[in-house]
Amino acid sequence: MNDRAPSASIKIPLADVRSKMKARNQPKGRQIDAQARVDVAALLAGHEIRRDLLIEYLHLIQDKFNCISSAHISALAETLKLAQTEVYEVATFYHHFDVLKDGDAAPPALTVRVCETLSCAMAGADELLKKLPAILGKDVRVIAAPCIGRCSEAPAVCVGQNAFGHATVDRVNQEVKAQHTRASPSNYVSLAAYRAEFGYQTYLDIISDKRDIEATFEEMEDSGLRGLGGAGFPTGRKWRIVRAEAGPRLMAINIDEGEPGTFKDRYYLERDPHRFIEGMLIAARVVGIDSIYVYLRDEYHQCRAMLETELAALKANPPGGHALPHIELRRGAGAYICGEESAMIESIEGKRGMPRLRPPYVAQVGLFGRPTLEHNFETLYWVRDILEKGAAWFSAQGRNGRTGLRSFSVSGRVKKPGVHLAPAGITVNELIAEFCGGMADGHEFYAYLPGGASGGILPASLGNTPLDFDTLQLHGCFIGSAAIVVMSQHDKARDAALNLMKFFEHESCGQCTPCRVGTEKAVKLLEETKWKTGLLEELSQVMVDASICGLGQAAPNPIRCVIKHFAHEIS
Amino acid sequence: MNDMSETIVARTLVEFTLDGEKVTAFADQTLIEIAKEHGKEIPHLCYKPGYRADGNCRACVVEIKGERVLAPSCCRHPANNMEVTTDSPRAVHSQKMVMELLTADAPKRDYKPEGNELLKWAAALGVQESRFHARLQSEPDFSHPAMTVNLDACIQCTRCVRACREEQANDVIGYAFRGAHSKIVFDQDDPMGASTCVACGECVQACPTGALAPAKEAYQIKADKTVDSVCPYCGVGCQLTYHVKENKIIRVEGRDGPANHSRLCVKGRYGFDYAHHKQRLTQPLIRKTGVAKSADFNMDPDDWRDVFREATWEEALDLAGGALARIRDQHGPNALAGFGSAKGSNEEAYLFQKLVRTGFRTNNVDHCTRLCHASSVVALLEGVGSGAVSNQVSDVAKAEVIFLIGANPTSNHPVAATWIKNAAKNGAKLIVADPRKNDIARHAWRYLQFKPDMDVAMLNAMIYTIIDEGLVNEDFIKNRTHNYEALKENAKGFAPEVMAPLCGIPAETLREVARAYATSKASIILWGMGISQHVHGTDNARCLIALTLMTGQVGKPGSGLHPLRGQNNVQGASDAGLIPMMFPDYKRVDNPEAHARFEKYWNTKLDNKPGLTVVEIMDAAYDSKIKGMYVMGENPAMSDPDANHARAGLANLEMLVVQDIFLTETAYSADVILPASAWPEKMGTVTNTDRMVQLGRRALDLPGDARQDLWIIQQLAIRLGLDWNYQGEESGVEAVYEEMHLSMPSIAGISWDRLNRESSVTYPCADDNDPGQPVVFVDSFPTSDGRAKFVPADIIPANERPDEEFPFVLITGRQLEHWHTGSMTRRASVLDAIEPAAMASMNPLDLRHIAAFAGDTITIESRRGAITITARADEGIPVGSVFIPFAYYEAAANMLTNAALDPFGKIAEVKYCAVRVRRGGEIKALSSYGGGMAFTT
Repeated sequence: MNDRAPSASIKIPLADVRSKMKARNQPKGRQIDAQARVDVAALLAGHEIRRDLLIEYLHLIQDKFNCISSAHISALAETLKLAQTEVYEVATFYHHFDVLKDGDAAPPALTVRVCETLSCAMAGADELLKKLPAILGKDVRVIAAPCIGRCSEAPAVCVGQNAFGHATVDRVNQEVKAQHTRASPSNYVSLAAYRAEFGYQTYLDIISDKRDIEATFEEMEDSGLRGLGGAGFPTGRKWRIVRAEAGPRLMAINIDEGEPGTFKDRYYLERDPHRFIEGMLIAARVVGIDSIYVYLRDEYHQCRAMLETELAALKANPPGGHALPHIELRRGAGAYICGEESAMIESIEGKRGMPRLRPPYVAQVGLFGRPTLEHNFETLYWVRDILEKGAAWFSAQGRNGRTGLRSFSVSGRVKKPGVHLAPAGITVNELIAEFCGGMADGHEFYAYLPGGASGGILPASLGNTPLDFDTLQLHGCFIGSAAIVVMSQHDKARDAALNLMKFFEHESCGQCTPCRVGTEKAVKLLEETKWKTGLLEELSQVMVDASICGLGQAAPNPIRCVIKHFAHEIS
Repeated sequence: MNDMSETIVARTLVEFTLDGEKVTAFADQTLIEIAKEHGKEIPHLCYKPGYRADGNCRACVVEIKGERVLAPSCCRHPANNMEVTTDSPRAVHSQKMVMELLTADAPKRDYKPEGNELLKWAAALGVQESRFHARLQSEPDFSHPAMTVNLDACIQCTRCVRACREEQANDVIGYAFRGAHSKIVFDQDDPMGASTCVACGECVQACPTGALAPAKEAYQIKADKTVDSVCPYCGVGCQLTYHVKENKIIRVEGRDGPANHSRLCVKGRYGFDYAHHKQRLTQPLIRKTGVAKSADFNMDPDDWRDVFREATWEEALDLAGGALARIRDQHGPNALAGFGSAKGSNEEAYLFQKLVRTGFRTNNVDHCTRLCHASSVVALLEGVGSGAVSNQVSDVAKAEVIFLIGANPTSNHPVAATWIKNAAKNGAKLIVADPRKNDIARHAWRYLQFKPDMDVAMLNAMIYTIIDEGLVNEDFIKNRTHNYEALKENAKGFAPEVMAPLCGIPAETLREVARAYATSKASIILWGMGISQHVHGTDNARCLIALTLMTGQVGKPGSGLHPLRGQNNVQGASDAGLIPMMFPDYKRVDNPEAHARFEKYWNTKLDNKPGLTVVEIMDAAYDSKIKGMYVMGENPAMSDPDANHARAGLANLEMLVVQDIFLTETAYSADVILPASAWPEKMGTVTNTDRMVQLGRRALDLPGDARQDLWIIQQLAIRLGLDWNYQGEESGVEAVYEEMHLSMPSIAGISWDRLNRESSVTYPCADDNDPGQPVVFVDSFPTSDGRAKFVPADIIPANERPDEEFPFVLITGRQLEHWHTGSMTRRASVLDAIEPAAMASMNPLDLRHIAAFAGDTITIESRRGAITITARADEGIPVGSVFIPFAYYEAAANMLTNAALDPFGKIAEVKYCAVRVRRGGEIKALSSYGGGMAFTT
């Protein structure tokens, strides 16, 4: 290109340009680069042009070019009739998009993400991060990443789109050398196999009115099933609330499983996807849903490939030949906050994943401004079993005065980490002993996280507290997604708190002051040898009281727990 | 402002407790508003009344009994029995901590000493200093001439984002990145000066900390007074406040006027310092004896002493008045003519036309409306009986379909464009039809890039479709119009399928937009000079009027006709009679009743034959039929078509009196130059495109021996033998207004006192209690029988079509930063810095065709002249066309244009003529202004 040709890039130094004003030889701002326009047109060929699909388009560009250049952003904006900044601000929000400035070199073709969140940090992620760059060379980019949902196999890494656990320097090197950058889905119950075991029969019973809708509502209510994403809202009641709203109603399904320590949704999805899909279709039928949006975190590449296949198979051959609701699978792009229900809705709309203020609640004004039934993956996963086995089956489970079942994601210093389906109300001592084969060799139980990064940290002395919704508030904790991280005498609660606060700082959306500024200031304070407990408490209070969403409200839990239960570590 | 405020909704009252006190409020109010009504101001930063509340800063959190966390009072509404505490220890703790967190990151320097809201609230809450570590700070961005970006003071409240996107809808500012790295960015995190920023300054006005601040540290200067006035540029009529220190305007802020609601554009906000330019005329000048005049000149406003000499007012006025009187007496009244200005006030326009009619005793008085909407006005008067708009711009909020044709409002009516963009973002279907793809096209539901000159073909195809598909409003046609059969008959030849190849728009698209227009609940048409400045300008407007009448899309909210008026007072100047065929209030001079009435009112004999129009007057001067002229505030040497011809005409005059604030190209041919007042130096009213009469107040004293225009007109009147006596302050402006007011029934209800009270009143306005009528033609049209009339139009080609010799079409117009002939804006430092030089915009394909690149020098020639200019590559320009703004003396576009006239409106076809383009040539050197000189000095 001739250097006098209209240029898509602008290089005006920040320094004072006022003394050498020159007329522009093009309209204001960046112009569209012809090649970028061609690239974008080619990538979007055959796709619907919809503003809400912006993140999907950004993935197309990122996947193809390993980065997103300014020229491509301008061209994409033009295609969508958006302003450049409307694309840019979305692209830069999500960590899986490598947005380049003019003149920046594209990152290497292959990126290795090493999980550095608590369980993986305890298992030696730092070592991997230190050693890998030199061994893999400059053609591979090694970056630290927040929890990738493989905590029971810590340390976990993701080579390109190939995520695996029990990572060692050698193993990673082998995978890179072999260019294993994609993993195929593991064995799972296919559509045919699921159908062979009477799969979709309950759904068909509801479709054909063999099973009464009102009775279905009652069954769900009687079961006591609560939202398993962490908030624990009663499922049956949620269905009734959304059903009572005027249509069209939408459903949004949250598989943005990002809470550190949590991997149960992936665990079930990898094995038995149709059990979840049937639950989803039943909910849609009973509540009267027109369109379903399934939001899957980007880190679960294998699951995405599998879900795409299975949804296509189902659409091609729907149960009983009945038309399915509209179903879209959406791909996250590296943002923990999009696990927050309203942030996820924003992301599905193609925007920055910033939580909305409530009221109004998403059940009334949700996705695209419509009443929206939003569910965690696992909540729907249990619907079929509850309807087939009866509400009593589910509600009869439980221990220590609690009812129901919980899927605990257990990681850390135990012999058998993993997903353990256990009675709700079980204590951590019981869980370790009965389900996890006891503590790992050489480790004594010291502390535990009852509910991932947000749920706080408790000492071993409180190991006999029932684990369920509503049982841990007294101690400044909550169960959330039931992610249990077990710590031993080799670990420190204050290190865990700092690790988690860095996670929250990294994942804060940046919208509200208490969380955006608060997490950043908290990290600095927690890095000090002697904690300023008074100031930290004042900071915690504003974060809890005045943050917009659960991220900021829960972020101080580890601080307060350490001050309360582990004072000896910080004085 | 929007639909909600107009809709009558029964507002629910609720009763709740506020800080222990029982209060009653509306359920749709926010807690922060209610608290304020009860005398409690809750701390707030991201909340700005008038903007959408975002609730992100959390400074305004309050405690609501029974709720787990605090609630942002800017976003929460009350409910019955709610118990709200704004000052509980828990609420106050969070309010204070928010301040402490933000002040930790605040810079040492206060960028907004007179209004830093963060520091104000931190102090109010007793937060002296912060115990937290400061963040890493960013470097300032000085890349824009109008504004400085100091992100070290940014508190991420996103008021600027809402300003840029939700208010002005310019969509330049984004909130990018995440968490503590979240950052206010321009486009793709570009330097502001390199971004698509149009410098409206709304973000600066919105920013609570000075993170976005006016350049040159204007915030650091404390004003010694503020004066409420109106913007002197376009017809939108934005109200503003001048901040003045020691007789200098230091900055301008938007005021909540009915047309702008505090919004301004770059001209209104940053284009004020022309008034302080060193080249202001401050002493009367008289042409030196023996210095010849010619059409061909190079002028330097810094260097005039070879041509002119300074004189006293007495000498200059005596010379001017005496010469004009002599010409009148020797050659008859019709040897004189006057050009008033749509830049002046109503009072000046009224007095100027009165001077010409009673002192010159001729109707040869006109102004730039002739080159602007004359054809629209002819078509409107003929069709619906009134030349003004039927609905105000803000009515677009009530429209389902907005049809914008031949207009570039983001450049020429920027604040009006914001209402249109807001409406489009709120779901209205915006149809944009223009050969040039302008910025607003991005917001369009359908953009029609029709071929230049093919307006009638395209519009008649829409008319055909509406008839063909049975979408006409039979009742409206029957009850409110006549001559529909003629339209129907004429439309037969204009099937979209036949017109598509002519106008370049697919038939299905023509049908689709016609259908949308005809069937929506409310459709409004807005148009600009792309419609009017053709030899078929009147026909173009006739087609638009026919569209509204045949569908009944007129006479109700959101349905109507709006020719976007160009100058700040082109509506008012026309209303006041500054046109050759009408007395004030559009009373025809050849109407015996009106003629008799004004003879009586002015107590003198009046000519009863319409006078000559602008281009006709220049022709008559060229032909020596007109020998003396008085030009107030107009610059025909630049603004008239075929400028060489116009300049020759001016040079041929025996006596040319020019009253202006700068030595313009026109003044250069003058015999007497009278130094006049800039807009902020006088008081007076102007009437905007919405029919709002608005009051401008004086902010500055006059420089040197310059005088207010109203005073100068009166002084000349005395020299022409008139016995005027307008007493009072500010050159007797009130007395002039009251005389004008009494002669104009349309503004009967708008007294001077009322204007002083309300600043803005819409007409028609019958009496003191009439709020004014924003929508007209509700029940009938102001025609003799109350009915509107269809006037069918046929295709008439442009006067000069491209051919082998001159293969390109030249389109002239304005651009965002420069007003008309540039005499003011090229001396406004910021505007001159943003657009310092003449540029011709061409499609990159055409540039390649002539082997030129963007930035190259090109020469453009027509049959009438040639200019050399720099090429700007712009994909929005259709292939085969060149666009040149006419503001640049060193490459005056009107050297090229064609003076062919529309037969009805007598408007020149400055939107279309044939030119050829070649690479090369030598750009004429700048004289002493333009090129960024105003900024650097």
